[in-house]
Amino acid sequence: MGIGEAIREAIAEEMQRDPNVFLIGEDIGIPGGFGGAFGVYLGLPEKFGHERIIDTPISEKAIIGTAVGAALMGMRPIPDLQYSDFIFECMDEVVNQAAKIRYMSGGKLKVPLVLRCPVGTANRGAQHGQSPESYFIHVPGIKVVCPSDAYVAKGIIKSAIRDDDPVIVFEHKLLYGSKGRESAGGMDLTAEVPEEEYLFPIGKALKKRNGTSMTIISTHLTLYRCLAAAEELVAEGIDCEVIDPVSLLPLDTDTIYESVKKTKKALIAHEDTFTGGWGAEVAALISQKCFYDLKAPVQRIAAYDVPLPVTPVLEQSVVPSVERIKDKMLQLHKMGKP
Amino acid sequence: MAIREIDLKQQDTDLLISLFKNIIRLRKFEDKVYQLFLKGELPGTIHQYQGQEAVAVGVCSVLEKNDWITSTHRPHGHAIAKGVTMREAMAELYGKETGCCKGKGGSMHLGDSEVGMVPAIAIVAGGISIVTGIGLAFKMKKTKQIAACFFGEGATNEGAFHEGLNMAAYQKLPIIYVCENNIYGASTPYNKTTLVEDVAERVKSYGMRSVIVDGMNVIEVYLAAKEAKESILNGEGPILIEAKTYRFAGHSRGDAKKYRTKEEEEYWKNSDPIERMKESLFKKNLLDHESYTVIQKNIQEEIHDAVLFAQQSNFPPIEDAFIDAYASEMKSPREVQP
Repeated sequence: MGIGEAIREAIAEEMQRDPNVFLIGEDIGIPGGFGGAFGVYLGLPEKFGHERIIDTPISEKAIIGTAVGAALMGMRPIPDLQYSDFIFECMDEVVNQAAKIRYMSGGKLKVPLVLRCPVGTANRGAQHGQSPESYFIHVPGIKVVCPSDAYVAKGIIKSAIRDDDPVIVFEHKLLYGSKGRESAGGMDLTAEVPEEEYLFPIGKALKKRNGTSMTIISTHLTLYRCLAAAEELVAEGIDCEVIDPVSLLPLDTDTIYESVKKTKKALIAHEDTFTGGWGAEVAALISQKCFYDLKAPVQRIAAYDVPLPVTPVLEQSVVPSVERIKDKMLQLHKMGKP
Repeated sequence: MAIREIDLKQQDTDLLISLFKNIIRLRKFEDKVYQLFLKGELPGTIHQYQGQEAVAVGVCSVLEKNDWITSTHRPHGHAIAKGVTMREAMAELYGKETGCCKGKGGSMHLGDSEVGMVPAIAIVAGGISIVTGIGLAFKMKKTKQIAACFFGEGATNEGAFHEGLNMAAYQKLPIIYVCENNIYGASTPYNKTTLVEDVAERVKSYGMRSVIVDGMNVIEVYLAAKEAKESILNGEGPILIEAKTYRFAGHSRGDAKKYRTKEEEEYWKNSDPIERMKESLFKKNLLDHESYTVIQKNIQEEIHDAVLFAQQSNFPPIEDAFIDAYASEMKSPREVQP
């Protein structure tokens, strides 16, 4: 099953299990409508009714504010803003309210909500293609997760819904498995998802490939580009270990440190822009914790520091391509002490 | 502004005395806080409520304990009126562990879930987007609870006001919006930056009902709130009460109020909600000097006790800084920083 379908299943199961779980947002339940910007909610209104799938006007501040208020009263809202780019419309509600009310109240209140945010460039340009997850790992009080396959997506959405803190789930649009996105680099990722119920914990990384030459840390579409590059480099005798951190906050540093101490080289790759991106944080942590194990400086590869252009030829030269990642890996392989 | 004479005999004497006592409690509490602040006993800054007491007391007197309120950076009056004890409020202002937010909220975030008050939101319209969710939760759970949202006229030019009120109006949420129009947003007069004179007028564009009351008259506020609550429980949807009022204090610590004229201040001093009500009560023989002295004495004792309690309480242990950012298990922030 694809990620989109996995997320739909996760939400349906949780809504079935807990009457306090509900959806609120734009274009989510209108009959004949979109079922959310990427069709993830299709079929849910028929199953759960419009009292729990609440359509709103285009009012991001009010959507997240409503989610925060409902969460304070014991509900478990799943607000929807369509694109992650629109989260900037409601930064106050996310950063000043959702993240801080628990602390400000001395721990007496909690704000359990799950905000799903589609990220990633797909020929949509500067305001519909960003990957803004890095902004939010800077905010204590929030959890940030980035599932990249159907198994993890289903399990972690369920964990997020049951979590007592606000969780932002960043999902890559080109990994939903929707048809017709191949030209934009879309992938039809089908993965085995068990029939029986399971949870994927927040704060646990996944090792996607075992190797000894270097540790690659990446998420979303870039993760698959890293895996492709790693396969291509096998012929050159380079054997990369690839880690999907899954959660950026909290970060599974144990898994990362353990891998880097083994391979002695690290490269972080993401589609978010370079400066101040989450890769910088991970690089700094590795440098602080594994410095004496490293054989070469920690490397990063990311989108170049420009807004996203639309035309494919420009867009694909801005975000990390398999070629660019491969070059960086080769470079890192040659660097440093033997 | 014309001062409307209320026929006191129509109202239950106990209720009148209770309203009277409570506006004095708020005034005397704030006067004490001002002294303590000048003495340097309280950390941070303060935004005081003297002059506006009739609004908080009038509205909160119609609310049950399990009805909820939201407040702003000027929350002392709302907190006491909703039932936060003077002890816990004062201890919070002192930054002590016995405070209603265990010292983590302070003056601008007073509140207590146990009495139905979200820690005050110090972003002026912040509570307006959150209260929609509180109302939505009540609606979804089909309880008979309502929410009241206090804010100043300055908040009505923030986006959250417009998004929040529209959201609440079309969903018919059980919310009383209480706009305390005290004429100034910090030092800027409302009419210098907004052409619509009455906030009550603005909400009509969202299809919301509204009423203007004399915010210096606790009985008038009380009656409006009572009527509002009844109509909301009748399913008529949210309503905005615009209370025309005036803060006798400056905006915050160290405000010399040079932007206001002596004549204007004098005019509003003549509308002092306490003095006016005292006069009326005496005139109608509902209060005599003896019982007035007892009221004053009891309040002084309550405040004295609160100050002693706060002074004698401990500051929170340092470890408290590192808990309550998250509900679930996370690495301690001290562990995360390698």
